[in-house]
Amino acid sequence: MSSKNIKTISNPKLKLEVLTQDDVRKIHEATLQIIEKVGVRFPSKRALEIWQAAGADVDHEKKIVRVKPHIIEEAIKKAPPAYKLAARDPQQDLQLDGNHVNLGTDGCGVEILDINTGVKRTSCLQDVRDIARVADATEEVAFHWVSLSAQDTPVEARGLHELKAVWENSTKHVQTESVYNVEEAKAAIEMAALLAGGRDKLRERPVLSLMQCTAPPLGHDGGSLDAALLAAEVGIPTGFMTMAACATTGPITLAGDLAVGNAEVIAATALLQIAYPGAPVFYAAAQTASDLRNGSYTGGGPEDFLFGAATNILADFYNIPLSMGAFATGAKEPNWQAGLEGALSSFMASVVMSDMLLGCGFLHGSRIWSFAEMMMDCEIFSIVHKMMEGIVVNDETLAMEAIAAVGPGGHYLGQKHTRKHMRELFMPQFMDRRPYSEWETKKDDARDWALAKARKTLKEHQPDPLDAQLSKEFDRIIKSVEKK
Amino acid sequence: MSEELYKEMAQSIIDGDSDISAELARKAVELKIHPLEAITNGFVVGVTYIGDQFGKGDAFLPELVMAGEAMKAAIAVLEPELLKLGESREMLGRVVLATVEGDIHEIGKTLVGTMLSASGFEVIDLGVDQPADKIIGKALEVNANLIGMSALLTTTMVRQREVIEELDKEGLRPRIKVMVGGAPITKDWVDKIKADGYSEDAIGAVKVAKELVGKA
Repeated sequence: MSSKNIKTISNPKLKLEVLTQDDVRKIHEATLQIIEKVGVRFPSKRALEIWQAAGADVDHEKKIVRVKPHIIEEAIKKAPPAYKLAARDPQQDLQLDGNHVNLGTDGCGVEILDINTGVKRTSCLQDVRDIARVADATEEVAFHWVSLSAQDTPVEARGLHELKAVWENSTKHVQTESVYNVEEAKAAIEMAALLAGGRDKLRERPVLSLMQCTAPPLGHDGGSLDAALLAAEVGIPTGFMTMAACATTGPITLAGDLAVGNAEVIAATALLQIAYPGAPVFYAAAQTASDLRNGSYTGGGPEDFLFGAATNILADFYNIPLSMGAFATGAKEPNWQAGLEGALSSFMASVVMSDMLLGCGFLHGSRIWSFAEMMMDCEIFSIVHKMMEGIVVNDETLAMEAIAAVGPGGHYLGQKHTRKHMRELFMPQFMDRRPYSEWETKKDDARDWALAKARKTLKEHQPDPLDAQLSKEFDRIIKSVEKK
Repeated sequence: MSEELYKEMAQSIIDGDSDISAELARKAVELKIHPLEAITNGFVVGVTYIGDQFGKGDAFLPELVMAGEAMKAAIAVLEPELLKLGESREMLGRVVLATVEGDIHEIGKTLVGTMLSASGFEVIDLGVDQPADKIIGKALEVNANLIGMSALLTTTMVRQREVIEELDKEGLRPRIKVMVGGAPITKDWVDKIKADGYSEDAIGAVKVAKELVGKA
């Protein structure tokens, strides 16, 4: 089922088992052993105190925590298996229940291919607004990640400017990965509470969720931990994302990389559950393989696709929702590589029913936003959505009457059965199926049509406006964080 | 005799084996081989070979890093001997590296350090979360001709500009050149903050550093 103008994947007919139960058990045991023997770095005074009180072995000087397996396992059990991400428009609330794949925009990039000139430039606040507005109009995008860094706003309140920009331009749920210190987290919570109608309401209707990046291998950022603890306290869904990369920040082997990333995520998730039992948390991951020639984040390639299919099996084992990185590509423009990597990564992460799928719109290792890429990624999601419906086999779909009516020879175009079911076939927006001669006169393709659609949407789509009073309140909160 | 030893030295670098390279360096000291000759005729040959293989696409980054580590282990044995002789290695330049204040991401910066030292630079790596005054203070203390700064966050990369502005205020440029790096760093940013150079990866950083010290 989909909520208002949002297309989510549910009731999947396809299955893929990348890891066996025995594989999962081995990775889990390795994870516990890593957390107990090697330890995980938690450079936050508050986090270390929580760990100490919970009975962990805490090295205050190195800020490394070693935790007995039973403490981790008991803490993780307290995490809720399902909850919802609330939207400004309640009809656009999203279920994180294991039966919905919700697509988000990607974040948080630093450059954009300008929608009018096509020229690459540094990202700014207006870009965040524009992307939110276009995403608001698409049925594929279920929620926003803050897409780009608003680099024309003061650094100390940048994450807040970005949140306000998205809330003012869309009624869908907002997730940010750009709020990672105490001051901004407090302000973001205040903004979200205002939008939800109070702190109690916020717990019921979390209109904001927080994503924090781990610092692989086996580490966290102090500000991120403090921000996550504040969010967990008020019931804002919070996840830790590992991007452990084979060969650089993780072991070269895929299983080892999964174990290291899992240890980062599970240890931090346990921390939140120890501090605030029952707080809504999610697993987040975008593991990758480093390029062997330059050490770069590859964002794509067969290893990424396998990680995409494997991680939800781990998240399911811990019974918490997953946000999975997909659509990442190293391509510099919307091209063969971008399409290939977007298609396979999103398919592999969707087929295992990752609750959140991140995200559409980026090129060059999640650095450069492209509206054309965004629209084409959305179409890929729609194709995956269609495939996940599988093949329905029953008397009606076996079409025996139509088959008998047409007989050998003839065609099915004139059959009522055809007419009845024809709209079940996927109708692409950006695939070229025209006669050759028509293409020859225009020489245009998916990129042109996708960009044209984005331009039209940006020009025409008016999202339900945010209450002007709320905007004013947001400004006041942001001002209080900005340096004088 | 020493020909055989030089070959083993080069091979230890190619194999990226720090234990063996250090052991061979100690052997050279015992045999009273001049440390500079051990470095030039032995270990550097291995570094050059791996570098060439990498350039051809036949060697990969982990081999380059391990060759760098093995080189470092050998130098650690030979350098004190060199000082005893009142001599020193000729370095391409002295670089102070740091991840800027508020940022704890260091993999890329550390990789740049390994590549630079393997290429003949003296590298002083201050680590992560380093404020401008610490970075500049260290550069002055060691008389560095290059500062390299890394940032992974768009909110911390502004610190790179602070360091450059401070250097300009003190009139320390162009004596000290500045190179920057990190995932969000773009050419536009580099131009905006008037850094002297930048690279998108560690291999490129060596080329940039050589150009900046006039040893390209």
